[in-house]
Amino acid sequence: MSEAKKEISVATGDRAILPEGTKLVPIFIMGKQYQVPETMTIQKAVEYSGYQFIRSCGCRGGICGACPTVYRIAGDYHLHFCLACQTVVQADMYLTQLPFFPANRAKYDIEEVDASAETVMKLYPEVMKCVACNTCTKACPMDIEVMEYVNAAMRGDIAKAARLSFDCIQCGLCSSRCPAQIQHFHLAQLCRRLHAKYQVPAAQHLKPRVADINDGKFVDMLKDLVVSDEDGLRTLYVEREMEPQDSVEWQPAEKQFL
Amino acid sequence: MGYTPEMLDLIKKVEASRPERLERSKKGIDFEALTLAGREEVLSKFHPDYKAEGRRDIKVGPSKGENYPDEFADVLESKARLIVSGAELDKLTAYETEVLVIGGGGAGTSAALMAQESGCKVILATKLRHGDANTVMAEGGIQGATQEVDSPYYHYLDVIGGGHFTNTPELVAALTNDAPLVIEWLERLGLMFDKKTDGRLQVRHGGGTCRKRMHSSGDMTGSAIMRVLRDESRNRSADINVLEFSSAVEILKDSQGRAAGALFYNLETEEYFVVKAKATVMATGGYGRLHIQGFATTNHYGATADGLVMGYRAGVPLAFMHSTQYHPTGVAFPEQNIGLLITEKVRGLGANLLNIEGEQFVFEREPRDVESACIIRECMERGKGIITPTGRVGAWLDSPMIEVLEGEGAVKRELPAKHIQFMRYGIDISKVPMLVYPTLHYQNGGLTIADSSATNVDGLFAAGEATGGVHGENRLMGNSLLDITVFGRRAGTSAAEYVKKFEGELGAVNMDHVDAYHKELADAGIETDRVAPLVLPNYTREEIMEKQLTTSYQGGIRA
Repeated sequence: MSEAKKEISVATGDRAILPEGTKLVPIFIMGKQYQVPETMTIQKAVEYSGYQFIRSCGCRGGICGACPTVYRIAGDYHLHFCLACQTVVQADMYLTQLPFFPANRAKYDIEEVDASAETVMKLYPEVMKCVACNTCTKACPMDIEVMEYVNAAMRGDIAKAARLSFDCIQCGLCSSRCPAQIQHFHLAQLCRRLHAKYQVPAAQHLKPRVADINDGKFVDMLKDLVVSDEDGLRTLYVEREMEPQDSVEWQPAEKQFL
Repeated sequence: MGYTPEMLDLIKKVEASRPERLERSKKGIDFEALTLAGREEVLSKFHPDYKAEGRRDIKVGPSKGENYPDEFADVLESKARLIVSGAELDKLTAYETEVLVIGGGGAGTSAALMAQESGCKVILATKLRHGDANTVMAEGGIQGATQEVDSPYYHYLDVIGGGHFTNTPELVAALTNDAPLVIEWLERLGLMFDKKTDGRLQVRHGGGTCRKRMHSSGDMTGSAIMRVLRDESRNRSADINVLEFSSAVEILKDSQGRAAGALFYNLETEEYFVVKAKATVMATGGYGRLHIQGFATTNHYGATADGLVMGYRAGVPLAFMHSTQYHPTGVAFPEQNIGLLITEKVRGLGANLLNIEGEQFVFEREPRDVESACIIRECMERGKGIITPTGRVGAWLDSPMIEVLEGEGAVKRELPAKHIQFMRYGIDISKVPMLVYPTLHYQNGGLTIADSSATNVDGLFAAGEATGGVHGENRLMGNSLLDITVFGRRAGTSAAEYVKKFEGELGAVNMDHVDAYHKELADAGIETDRVAPLVLPNYTREEIMEKQLTTSYQGGIRA
């Protein structure tokens, strides 16, 4: 490796370094001011300020729901909600994170319920108290129509509740804001499971395949592959028939291993 | 937001060279691809897996002599956080259970559910929240031979061919045999699979598949699976006790040398406690957050190889830990997207890779590993990378070319998610290029297991990314979600069977194997104050650490 390489100083991993001239902006973490680079996410700015996360940090990619954050900008009464890993800092933002929000999850036996308004009412009776204020929707960092799915569930339209809530990352911001004390994200998970299990038709083609596997149909075929030498495997690999990308009723010529 | 004025100035060089590049592209003239010898040269010098430097032979433990990246060798050649005497461990015992699962991702939760179904009391302990794992980040799908024109036989061929015929055959057989069972299990638990109106599962091709067998749940299949598994474990909370923010730091053994639970550290109260268990399942995931050779990663915050360290000290050999999957085009700007994947489709559609002068330096469709090595060479050796305001380096990926080659609107049409992801930060990738650098994606290796998920240590099982062998030296898309569910389930079932045959009661536990490991370190002449498992990555800046005058770091965390 050449000498030039050693002079290139670059940030590695997730730890940022600050080249000359980078503009800093003030942010207020739980009311306390820190100066952070203007292009950072809230999550990295908090780390830049010297914090080490135990809570409020997970996938760092906007899908796990660990880093819901609430903030206001100085001089503006509006309250904002976001994921710290997906949101860039702004000057004079006052922020706090909400690593956990209490919400009771009703227990049920997935084999013993049905996809109906009755199931919803029995497990989460508080949904009926929805005052249609839409505060939950405004708090959602995933832009889910939260109130719409709560209302759908209330009406017994489980399919709609499942579809509308599909992107939910269960961060809990909706439930933290609800004046009716609804526990939206648990309700949504219930609806998705009820919909998938009881409303969408089961995959009929899976049943014979599962039965075949349980009968050990593929055991010997796989054993033959396990003991084959590399040359033999290479030949089989190269010669295997490829299902075309845009096939509809394609059938392979070789059927003995199906 | 968006690019800084300095970066926009540099983009002018990209725009200046674009017409000529487009002209060449329209004539079908590609940048010259490397010869096989050229590939080998760039790989050996710049690919992290091939480079001799930055790696070393490990001097201790059951895989002594194997060659691993320094970052990983460092955590293996580390001291334990602490060694506690048998009497002290007794006092620290807070729980006794039948099956202890370490790790709360897809593999751990699958294991917990199956152990419970087999009649066992389970404790599932995780250092973050239940479900904080790479599982939730898997977008693409889960493979399984569910269709009539497919079978586990063909799935097997695809897996082992994709792994360059290096995979452990028995593990591939288990993976492919169980795949349809897992799909059916998830369907039964209420996973919203993408289906046709009659209930038939929708399937697609993935890289290296001969039959369409990629099942999905929107573009967040891993998240959907994790949500359902976690939800189901909560229905069974009478038998599955979940301990969050509790990091396992060492396996414990009984007087017969069997795994008998683990020592834990409560990250919030800083207490240590012991969970005694008849069987232990290690499902702690991979090592992306070790940032092997400084790479950014697509991985979750907790991916620090803890389970590999604990399992290794307990006597489990490692497999395939020389092999890491890097993706050539991870995001290098903006900072909030660092390390996230940019699909290969961008290059497939014709976008060039360019250096700071706006010059092409590599053919865009080299194999993944070669492409990665060429980007690293351009940025690091030749010094022609673009440095970002947060001190990162990258090369341009000229996405606006796609608008010319494929017609106006093609970027938005072909890459909707990427377009939105960048638009959020004021970057319109149909008009300006993206900045990219290779990113650490997946740990191909891990603890050695049998097809039952058992390790060579009695009472210790392992599953998921923490294990090695099933994917050999290269994993196909859609086989990691399958890996965690197949082997998670097998680990849970095997652990329960082991518990049923367990004779006598749980006896006293000890850390003698850790003592022995320390002795081995000393005998090998390794003097170090490094501590592992790391538990968390440490992202504190040097300037701050220098002023933390009364703070010390144990592994990655402040003590």
